[in-house]
Amino acid sequence: MENVGVCDEFVNLKATELRLGLPGTEDGGEEERQKVSCCKSNKRAFPETEKDIESTGKTETASPPKAQIVGWPPVRSYRKNNIQTKKNESEGQGMYVKVSMDGAPYLRKIDLTVYKQYPELMKSLENMFKFSVGEYCEREGYKGSEFVPTYEDKDGDWMLVGDVPWEMFVSSCKRLRIMKGSEAKGLGCGV
Amino acid sequence: MDRRFPFKVLEHIFSFVDSNEDRNSVSLVCKSWFETERRTRKRVFVGNCYAVSPLKVARRFPKMRSLTLKGKPHFADYNLVPDGWGGYAWPWIEAMAARRPFLEEIRLKRMVVTDECLEKIAASFRDFKTLVLTSCEGFSTDGIAAIASTCRKLRDLELRECIVDDLGGDWLSYFPETSTSLVSIDFSCLDSEVKLSDLERLLSRSPNLKSLKLNRSVTLDVLESLLRRAPQLVELGTGSFSDELDPEEIAKLTKALSELKQLKSLSGLWDLLPEYIPLLYSLCPRLTSLNLSYATVMDLIEDKGLKTVALCCKELRELRVFPSGADLDETDVTLTEQGLVSVSEGCPKLESVLYFCVQFTNAALVSIAKNRPNFRCFRLCVMEPFAPDYRTQQPLDEGFKAIVERCKDLRRLSVSGLLTDKAFEYIGVHAKKLRMLSIAFAGDSDLMLHHLLSGCQSLKKLEIRDCPFGDTALLENAAKLETMRSLWMSSCFVSFGACKQLSQKMPRLNVEVIDEHPPKTRPDSSPVERIYIYRTVAGPRLDTPEFVWTIHKSPEVGVSRLSIR
Repeated sequence: MENVGVCDEFVNLKATELRLGLPGTEDGGEEERQKVSCCKSNKRAFPETEKDIESTGKTETASPPKAQIVGWPPVRSYRKNNIQTKKNESEGQGMYVKVSMDGAPYLRKIDLTVYKQYPELMKSLENMFKFSVGEYCEREGYKGSEFVPTYEDKDGDWMLVGDVPWEMFVSSCKRLRIMKGSEAKGLGCGV
Repeated sequence: MDRRFPFKVLEHIFSFVDSNEDRNSVSLVCKSWFETERRTRKRVFVGNCYAVSPLKVARRFPKMRSLTLKGKPHFADYNLVPDGWGGYAWPWIEAMAARRPFLEEIRLKRMVVTDECLEKIAASFRDFKTLVLTSCEGFSTDGIAAIASTCRKLRDLELRECIVDDLGGDWLSYFPETSTSLVSIDFSCLDSEVKLSDLERLLSRSPNLKSLKLNRSVTLDVLESLLRRAPQLVELGTGSFSDELDPEEIAKLTKALSELKQLKSLSGLWDLLPEYIPLLYSLCPRLTSLNLSYATVMDLIEDKGLKTVALCCKELRELRVFPSGADLDETDVTLTEQGLVSVSEGCPKLESVLYFCVQFTNAALVSIAKNRPNFRCFRLCVMEPFAPDYRTQQPLDEGFKAIVERCKDLRRLSVSGLLTDKAFEYIGVHAKKLRMLSIAFAGDSDLMLHHLLSGCQSLKKLEIRDCPFGDTALLENAAKLETMRSLWMSSCFVSFGACKQLSQKMPRLNVEVIDEHPPKTRPDSSPVERIYIYRTVAGPRLDTPEFVWTIHKSPEVGVSRLSIR
């Protein structure tokens, strides 16, 4: 059993210079934090809230590839296996993204590959969260409802669901968020 | 004049002394107290099965009715102890079967239990009532069937997170139709399906059943039928909680759940679909224990969900929140420290928590400590090793200081995140009632260990991995180790020479080296990968596998592997 741990470097380290770190990283504790870029000019204007950035509070840069540490995190392997098998059973090759709705105290996960086009997806979301979305039009976004479906794309930008062709959406969508109320109203139309 | 109390009087007085710690103290007073105490002790607890021989225990306590044993070190749960290390139940079962046939209860934790053991139990103890196996392995459902069919007075059959060779759900049908004595049954760790009709009939004829923990294969659509037959339950572990139910089924299930007027503990909830959470609301006001291990809280419920728990479960005493499988790989996790802060604010009786989180802050820890000075067990796992306070980039020293300063009754603590020696100085100074401490990826030097071993008066179990110290602190505080049950250190800076010195210095410690890739030679300076040190009156154990060495007391010998199969 490979044990990637401090003892690998035992012979070479001087006690006073000791600074532990994960294999592959140089420094143990420091992490840079960068803010998410808010809006790009060619995308629909979107009010990214301060709250959103702060509350994640994590680094947005790619973290160093995580080396496998034996027995970490300390979750019983029995339990890990239990969870993993279920995940593998049900997920297979799907494209799973999290869906949240403002005000709901829980998330769901959906497999985008199950849907063929936007209307199917929207119907499914409406069922899941018991809301209804308005009429979509390319220029004005969603009208007639206080709920607006949005998604975060690969670049970290928040976009309106429906703005890009379906295939492009499926390949670039990282997570979905159904916005509600005043934040939704802030969405302008056009560019 | 003989000033001693007559045996009968002492015996009567001692019958009021329940706790084993008190009984241990009592037995040290004088010979006659020792004799009286040992003849009256009914519940025997052996925290480390290698600390004493089974024969000695069997002889010392003739009136023993209940035996509790623990085997492998705790870190075995996380794959840090190779298979075959030890912890065999057989020698104990054999010894008790021969000498203590009136034994009624056996509780084993982290031990290797075979079908042979279970069959021996079934055959040898005619009044056998209670079998609780926690994190055990080595047996199959055949062994369970033997217990179910033979132990006529069986009250408790609990398999908690065991690794069982599951040969099918037939074992449940082995409970005789005449058996009505069942009080608790836990088969949550088994995979295969049991027959619903067997289960229904068992519940119907068990009016004393207080605790029912189903396995995942029991689907949601049958839960209502089971609960209807056991409305007196105090503990419920559901099966899978994810099937689609029609509105009528939902209504029936809601009603059945609301009929559980005595329910205090809830677990199971496999694959809990968020839309079913409202079904559980009727239970929340009375809940004292909530185990969300399988409900994949981190994935789907997040901080907001825990806030709801904080609002609804005012009686909550214990909470366990685990990462879901996905989050073990992902960094994009949205359960934060805020979830725990909410629960600590909202649940005034909360005293035990196990919480996994990606990152944390000192401010959150300080809040939590202020809100809940009544914590007895605080286990926080910040999953990112060396993660500092993500707002201030400071180590989490001050946060844990707040915890140990305020929570004066803290018995068990797991620390994580970026921690310097200072954190352990605080723990050494304040955590006077702390009995068990788990540490990973922390500290700067030997000072850390020194603070702990010289400060924590009540420390009994210490387990450390991936920390940068070893020899000096260990040798300086060697005497402390005999006051403790055990010390585990892995991937630290402990040298072979220090292990030898320690073993020679302390005659009643077993110093075991675990090494799956033993070097050709062991100079004193060579590092030792894993050591497990425990006090014992039984000497080096005789069942060590090829990768475990007990350091010999005689300096010339170095290591020995005494192994008698």
